[in-house]
Amino acid sequence: MDIHEYQAKELLTGFGIQVPRGGLAYSPEQATYRAREIGGSKWVVKAQIHSGARGKAGGVQMCSNDREIWDTAETLLGSRLVTHQTGPRGKVVYRLYVEEALDIKQELYVGFVLDRKSERIMVVASAAGGMEIEDITADRPDTLMGVTIEPAVGMQEFQAREIAFGLGLESSLIGEAARTLLGCYKAFEELDASMVEINPLVVTGDNRLIALDAKMSFDDNALFRVPQVSELRDKSQEDPRETYAADRGLSYVGLEGEIGCIINGAGLAMATLDMIKLEGGEPANFLDIGGGASPERVVKAFKAVLADDKVQALLVNVFAGINRCDWVAEGVVKACHETDVNVPVVVRLAGTHVEEGRAILRESGLDITIASSLAEAAKSAVSAWRSATKH
Amino acid sequence: MSILLDASTSTLIQGFTGRIGTFHSAEMREYGTKIVGGVTPGKGGTTHDGLPVFNTVKGAVDETGAEASIVFVPPPFAADAIMEAADAGIKLCICITDGIPARDMIRVKRYMRRYRQDNRMRLIGPNCAGVISPGKAMLGIMPGHIYMPGRVGIVGRSGTLGYEAASQLKSFGIGVSTSVGIGGDPINGSSFKDILELFEADPETDGVMMIGEIGGPQEAEAAEYIRDHMSKPVVAYVAGLSAPKGKRMGHAGAIISAFGESAQEKVVILKSADVTIAPNPSELGSTMADILARLGKVA
Repeated sequence: MDIHEYQAKELLTGFGIQVPRGGLAYSPEQATYRAREIGGSKWVVKAQIHSGARGKAGGVQMCSNDREIWDTAETLLGSRLVTHQTGPRGKVVYRLYVEEALDIKQELYVGFVLDRKSERIMVVASAAGGMEIEDITADRPDTLMGVTIEPAVGMQEFQAREIAFGLGLESSLIGEAARTLLGCYKAFEELDASMVEINPLVVTGDNRLIALDAKMSFDDNALFRVPQVSELRDKSQEDPRETYAADRGLSYVGLEGEIGCIINGAGLAMATLDMIKLEGGEPANFLDIGGGASPERVVKAFKAVLADDKVQALLVNVFAGINRCDWVAEGVVKACHETDVNVPVVVRLAGTHVEEGRAILRESGLDITIASSLAEAAKSAVSAWRSATKH
Repeated sequence: MSILLDASTSTLIQGFTGRIGTFHSAEMREYGTKIVGGVTPGKGGTTHDGLPVFNTVKGAVDETGAEASIVFVPPPFAADAIMEAADAGIKLCICITDGIPARDMIRVKRYMRRYRQDNRMRLIGPNCAGVISPGKAMLGIMPGHIYMPGRVGIVGRSGTLGYEAASQLKSFGIGVSTSVGIGGDPINGSSFKDILELFEADPETDGVMMIGEIGGPQEAEAAEYIRDHMSKPVVAYVAGLSAPKGKRMGHAGAIISAFGESAQEKVVILKSADVTIAPNPSELGSTMADILARLGKVA
């Protein structure tokens, strides 16, 4: 799960990290009020969306009076920002964060991630902050430092000091930098984060160390034990198709194509999507209905996939293990009766009770194409989509 | 001998008396797996499905001499159950549970290192379908009947895609020595390389089907091992060619977040190690059949 910048800053403040003074705004009026509250003569108005690279998309603006703040807020609120992380549909701005502008002397990068190779938390730091980590890796690899944390004892002070010195900070800032790093680590650990990124971490003209931007993501599997994090979920930043499915307990990812997919198992789902693509089609979604797919669950899946009005054909591919094909077939028939299925449907069943399942589909009188293999299923779905859309 | 387990492997069920543990232990027993009892804290001393229930894994091992365990414990308590198995001297632990926090798995992996390598429990999973040595024993949740006994090993992250592979092999008359699901989580007990090592050493395995997916470094690590150490042919497929970057595709670990983690990049890495790539997921069986025929191995 992702959260907003202002939420990450609020959480990190609790772990001793220094951030600029700022306030949240939902309207131009509130934005100007926040600026007056903060004081000073220069402010930054920042669009709060779940994405990095907001600056390049115009989502971060420097302002020096009420008028500019008002106009910027009016333009940004309700607008849709598209970055390389949001996908082509972009994300709508509903919240703004107004911050004091700082006099910046130096920009650093600090990130905490789960390193899958060492299976430990890893700290990545660079003196070339302000640019994205991908760009630092490509253009300034000489500045990168990586330190892995021993899980039995956690991050040690010497490790934090090593990074602080490695960043080239003056000695008066080493203590503060080490405290910042240890605070981020503690936040990562205690809140079950999967990523904490401060980019840039800046040194100000008056020699303070401040997290100018902050980004945090969390392990979905651990949300049950960090209510202070799970309550920060902002559904407005999710693909509405994904929110609908997630609220019904389905594992769904929205994609850009027009062939809807209902599959059991994440691996088989990815493989089926691959087959559709190889046949020249584009999947509208990834959907794993899971192991024990009852007829009711199949109906839910149909509703979730068909809620996307771009869908022009539907492919169901189930390899029943613990599940049974006859139950899945019953679900398909039920779904066709209960939902307004006005697109061609292709069903491939395999595994336990496959003959019974196919018989139920054949005898239903519904116009369903029955495929016997994965290849045939993808081929039929793509050709059904072609004839439905004249592609 | 297949790898990891056979009909003589005596096994405990952790999370025995729950709905899922009950259902699958019956399935596994019917398949021929030697289940000797189960563990549910607080229900020790009772029997369930005709088998003894113990409060602790240690107590169960003392009484039954079990060497393996399979974990159906819910996510918040599963890491603890795995560590309990390691401490009780279990040699092989298979964790089916999906949804264990990554931080808990970091702790599990660290904990297991307290034991010397030759004395360390082997963990398979979590978030996996388990292990089956067709015709001998099954420690998992797969439909046993789709697997035909034979001489090809399967290792993959996904359950159902593994079934797909086994059924395609079967349609070419090719059977399976052992099929291992290593699970879809970012931190797992055994990697592709760990299982490939076992297949390479197994006299009853002639070739291996490896089914990877987007996310993580384990396919690349496997490629290196295959290139430098494997004499047996490996056919690989990597699922997720159409997966967008930064999106989690069902499995907690199926997410492209770094260089080298996309399906396309992994295919390139595996190809450069001379691994045969199945061109698409419907040609897993045919690709393996071609390779075996070329080597003069009959399924």
